[in-house]
Amino acid sequence: MAHAHAAAHDHGHHELPFWRKYIFSTDHKVIGMQYGITALLFLFIGFAFIMLMRWQLAYPGQPLPILQNIFAETQMVGGIMLPEFYNQLGAMHGTIMIFLGVVPLAVGAYGNYVVPLQVGAPDMAFPKLNAMSYWLYFIGGVIMLTSFFLPAGGAQSGWTSYPPLSIIAGEGQTWWLIGMAFLINSSLLGSINILTTIIQLRAPGLTFWRLPYFVWAQFVTSFLLLLAFPPLMAAAVLQLMDRLAGTSFFMPSGLVVNGQALEIAGGGNPVLWQHLFWFLAHPEVYVLILPAMGIITEIIACNTRKPVYGYKALVYSVVFLGFMSFVVWAHHMFLTGMGTQMSTFFQVTTMIISIPSVVILTTLVLTLWGGSIRFNTPMLFALAFLPMFAIGGLTGLPLGLNSTDIHLHDTYYVIGHFHYVVAPGTIFALFAGIYFWFPKMTGRRMNEVLGKIHFFFSFIFMNVIFMPMFIQGLAGVNRRLYDPMQYAHNQSTQGLNVVSSWGAWLLALAQIPFIFNFFWSIFAGKKTQENPWQATTLEWTAPSPPPHGNFTVEPRVYRGPYEYSVPGRKDDFYPQSSPEGK
Amino acid sequence: MQNYGWGLPVDISTHGWQIDRLILFFHVSMFVLFFGWLAFMVYALVKFRARAGHKAEYESKHFKLPTFLEIGIAILELVLLVVFSMPIWARYREVPPDVKNSVRVRIVAEQFAWNVHYPGADGKFGKVDPKLMGASSPVGLDPNDAAGKDDIVTINQLHIPVNTPIVVDLTSKDVIHSFSLPVARVKQDVIPGQATSVWFETKQTGEFEIVCAQLCGLGHYRMRGFFVVESKEDFAKWLREQAPQQEVIETTPEAAAVPTGPSTDAPLPAAPLKH
Repeated sequence: MAHAHAAAHDHGHHELPFWRKYIFSTDHKVIGMQYGITALLFLFIGFAFIMLMRWQLAYPGQPLPILQNIFAETQMVGGIMLPEFYNQLGAMHGTIMIFLGVVPLAVGAYGNYVVPLQVGAPDMAFPKLNAMSYWLYFIGGVIMLTSFFLPAGGAQSGWTSYPPLSIIAGEGQTWWLIGMAFLINSSLLGSINILTTIIQLRAPGLTFWRLPYFVWAQFVTSFLLLLAFPPLMAAAVLQLMDRLAGTSFFMPSGLVVNGQALEIAGGGNPVLWQHLFWFLAHPEVYVLILPAMGIITEIIACNTRKPVYGYKALVYSVVFLGFMSFVVWAHHMFLTGMGTQMSTFFQVTTMIISIPSVVILTTLVLTLWGGSIRFNTPMLFALAFLPMFAIGGLTGLPLGLNSTDIHLHDTYYVIGHFHYVVAPGTIFALFAGIYFWFPKMTGRRMNEVLGKIHFFFSFIFMNVIFMPMFIQGLAGVNRRLYDPMQYAHNQSTQGLNVVSSWGAWLLALAQIPFIFNFFWSIFAGKKTQENPWQATTLEWTAPSPPPHGNFTVEPRVYRGPYEYSVPGRKDDFYPQSSPEGK
Repeated sequence: MQNYGWGLPVDISTHGWQIDRLILFFHVSMFVLFFGWLAFMVYALVKFRARAGHKAEYESKHFKLPTFLEIGIAILELVLLVVFSMPIWARYREVPPDVKNSVRVRIVAEQFAWNVHYPGADGKFGKVDPKLMGASSPVGLDPNDAAGKDDIVTINQLHIPVNTPIVVDLTSKDVIHSFSLPVARVKQDVIPGQATSVWFETKQTGEFEIVCAQLCGLGHYRMRGFFVVESKEDFAKWLREQAPQQEVIETTPEAAAVPTGPSTDAPLPAAPLKH
């Protein structure tokens, strides 16, 4: 713990100039909030992209009302979206939502802000590395967005960027790859930092079995990022070489594009990219979901006023999920021509990975039993996460068996499935976290009435958007179609596209109370003390907002994280840092 | 053209009922699990809501049911995998049909069309070479190969006889496509540099669609082919009609460049088509 002492002494001795304090800060809280604001902004941009695409899906070929004049002629002609613009928006929606929105919010913002506070550390283990991680992310995001202004536009080969399509695509793909390189390195630095902080900077008495579940979730998530991103980095460099240096890692011989034989060496294999990509991108799914599970566990334990049901089962499950997430990737590739043996292996691992997810969900629901449940805004979002994630998880089963995948692969069923996991799943958990930790970040609470309005309308419209997609998928409607009306078998369910689109636009309106509440509460929210929710974990013993260096007294930990309603005590919560008998 | 509704599309294949049955079984199990679980959650939320005089319990009640439920789910998944899914896949991927009675077709996908190659009267595919591919020879047939003389090449026209095993050898000229026949429960990625085969058998005639299920570029959304299942006699007649047309296709490049299809009742919207 000598490091922690040394670090604590460095803090708070002198005032830093504005740009060092708020822009190029090395304070984990400032960096966490920088991540949070940037990621929320990107979530909004990614959402705006899909709202545009949903106009084309609901009313194919009709001119976009009101906004038509803000787009260039290479994007829309007379307000009618061009297929290349649709494909760019599609590729960028996925990339932005995952790599620039949800992961930076879940890991960059919450990991940075909450983990050091929950382990009782004055800062992250490597504050400068932390700042570098944020700025690499920022640059990566700027590159991604700037690529839209290239003459040929941004990347348009899907967020999965399958070659050869991505290699023969326009310049935007090069920018995408370079942007990804920045984002990958940002995540690598961030994950090393979080791991080191959790291992090295825990307060005295905070053993691994006393860690809040959120810290466990971040711990496993960081391992996933650390181990899964390097293969994607390698793959991105190989694809960049194929595009710029004339190599053929992913390009087979004998390609004839548009009637012209390609002048390339050939001999490569496009499926190799899919293996490298999904070796990252499946663990990435768990990078999206594990921090969400961590957040809602904190909130559910606090708002049921009782210990979680089976803390150890939760921890073993999340560690097991982490390991298993590395051996399921090829279930995204059943239809590449995989034989029975290989696909059996990946089906078995896919079925196995569903078990710990079920354990976690069940444990959280059983935690409700015997509680005294408070229904505040963070709790509502956390509770809604459970059935939404359950729908997302259950609909993964027919996709995880190769035989049923034959019909459902690449249809809207897949879109519905993973959006239930990530949108009403993870994003609800992230909202829950914002409402829950906002008092810690600002010293003020967000308005409950606006919060509940935000919750109820978001809950309704999320389901209006994504539930129809299962019906479309079963009817065989394929994803990534610029104009769904071209196929006869899509036309009977076209009305559902209209429903989904209106759901998306109304969901945007439902975010207005949140945006207003967020900014209004920073300045005019109800003031709170350090522990407004009467929670037990260490972050609530620091002042709100915590000063540079976090804790006024170095915390010491005496017990597990969820000691609520301990018999024989006056208060119904027993903070981790309260000495025995106090 | 077949009418489609909500729910699964009509199934004209001999293997599709197994897939459909498994999809149905999955969804019934999912409904039971989800609503049972949701009912418990809602009941707990109401019963244990915070109110005056109500206190949370520190000790959790120990539930035995979840353990059995977990084991039950694991066993159910195992049964679905071993008893249902694996046999379907093994038949779909591994078991070759009776070669004598089957019809073999090559499909060469390109941006944004399906080139369908029949071996012709001699039952042998002519040699092909990517170097010879062009507007006049979409699959690159070697003009010096005798086996290729009677080969039939159509664009976006897959005709097959009913009640006959069909083997489709798939390959792509340029990027990854995915050959999908939703009504026949067939979907297979078509990967350049890789030869993949699928086989299926139909039990019903009709006019349907070939769908490209993998993003393949700007025209992905209109990479639509025509899939016609007809009686064996009609199929033989169609093949005979195609054979002389072959000469026409080889001599006039324009004829090959324009995808021809049967009249369709699918309305085409006035979307800008940019190549």
